[in-house]
Amino acid sequence: MFVENIFFFFFSSLSIIFSFFVIISKNPVHSILSLILVFFNAASLLIILGAEFLAMLFIIVYVGAVAVLFLFVIMMLNVKVTKLTSSIYRYLPISFIFGSIFFFEFFMLFYLDLVSVNTNYLYLFENNFVNEWSTSVVPVSNIVALGQLLYTYFSYLFILSGIILLVSMLGAISLTLHRRNDVKKQFIYKQIERDFSSSIIWKH
Amino acid sequence: MVYYLILILNIVLKSLALIVPLLIGVAYLTLLERKVMASMHQRRGPNVVGFFGMLQAFADGLKLFVKETILPSSANTLIFILAPIITFLISLFVWAVIPFNDNSVFVDINVGVLFILAISSLGVYGIITSGWSSNSKWSFLGSLRSAAQMISYEVSIGIIILCVLLCSGSLNLSEIVESQRKVWYILPLFPLFIMFFISGLAETNRSPFDLPEAEAELVSGYSTEYSAMGFALFFFWRICKYDFDVNYSYYIFSWWLVISYRIYPFYFCSGLFLVRFKDNCNSFLIYLGKSSFSQI
Repeated sequence: MFVENIFFFFFSSLSIIFSFFVIISKNPVHSILSLILVFFNAASLLIILGAEFLAMLFIIVYVGAVAVLFLFVIMMLNVKVTKLTSSIYRYLPISFIFGSIFFFEFFMLFYLDLVSVNTNYLYLFENNFVNEWSTSVVPVSNIVALGQLLYTYFSYLFILSGIILLVSMLGAISLTLHRRNDVKKQFIYKQIERDFSSSIIWKH
Repeated sequence: MVYYLILILNIVLKSLALIVPLLIGVAYLTLLERKVMASMHQRRGPNVVGFFGMLQAFADGLKLFVKETILPSSANTLIFILAPIITFLISLFVWAVIPFNDNSVFVDINVGVLFILAISSLGVYGIITSGWSSNSKWSFLGSLRSAAQMISYEVSIGIIILCVLLCSGSLNLSEIVESQRKVWYILPLFPLFIMFFISGLAETNRSPFDLPEAEAELVSGYSTEYSAMGFALFFFWRICKYDFDVNYSYYIFSWWLVISYRIYPFYFCSGLFLVRFKDNCNSFLIYLGKSSFSQI
């Protein structure tokens, strides 16, 4: 419990620090790199919670794919280093309002256990008898539990989300694909289609 | 208190037992590669330092360690220094879930295959940041090519591994190996093995796929501006990743019989040290957090 708390405070404080760096760093590449570190710390918080599958997916999807695309775009666009000017402070009151609303909502959500990961109910008897008992009775890992639910009860939704992804992929392809008509092109299927009977046409 | 000390000492000794044989193994892998290439060219290859050139890799490492590290004046210094360190760390980190024998693995986590996918997808960051931070066109173009190739072949590796996972029904590497007791997956999945090998070559930018370091156009790809230790770390990453891919293909396609300690003798001593904790907890952080410390 003690070490778990230490890990929790370590990772959460690091994630807060790096998310500040995302905002305040002048170079956009630096802020992307600190965003990656924020993702990492969030993933390790998930590991502490025991959701290891989710944590690994978090790293694979966000760090391995999304942030790489961000990095590509920012490096290729050659965004100039912005200067923190005084005009930024004009937005301070409105950002303060939004931030306080956000913080208030989170406080309402977690206001009992904002301190640490709530595993108190597992430690009712000041030893991990309860914990050991529950894990030995239900030895289902994260992935097995997720798979059992996804492929049985939520199979419709699973297929539906797959179709949505497919449609979005096709949409992206069709948006970027444009045929040019001013270029001479070789259409192989037309060449193969030709035969003797159709190649010579009698015109009078 | 003594318990904590013993635990920390245990972790340190275990990681040393993993890293040191790995470094030696990689050193001899470079020697082997150079010998094979030399025999293809009808040369002798390294044969001066040590018996049959056995110490050549260490001599090269020492040379690179002693040389001057050049920091380009227009480079982004922090990222320029961090990039090779990160790639090196990642290349070591991914070995943590590899089981060396039936009972010897550094951490035996439930999602081992996903862990490998996640960590090896981080190798892109070292490459792309090194190319960007050295502020040179050659490095940047090389890093873009490398990163694009690595990202695209990771997808194919992931899909190949999915087939193995469907056959084995588990993401734990030890369980994947154990599930091949009846038939090795290399027999029913032989085409996949070939594809895995090819994608591994492409992901590490090795020989038929070494376009990212096209020496005629880009000087040396992303590692153009790196001298001394930075270059050594990138070189280590390349060899180590290749080594890892070869090893990984053994684990997911064959049973303990052909496994690495028979092929690389150095891993055997590593396997002797890494005796797995025998208990029912799977994730190492959960292990640290819940089971062991609340028992004190």
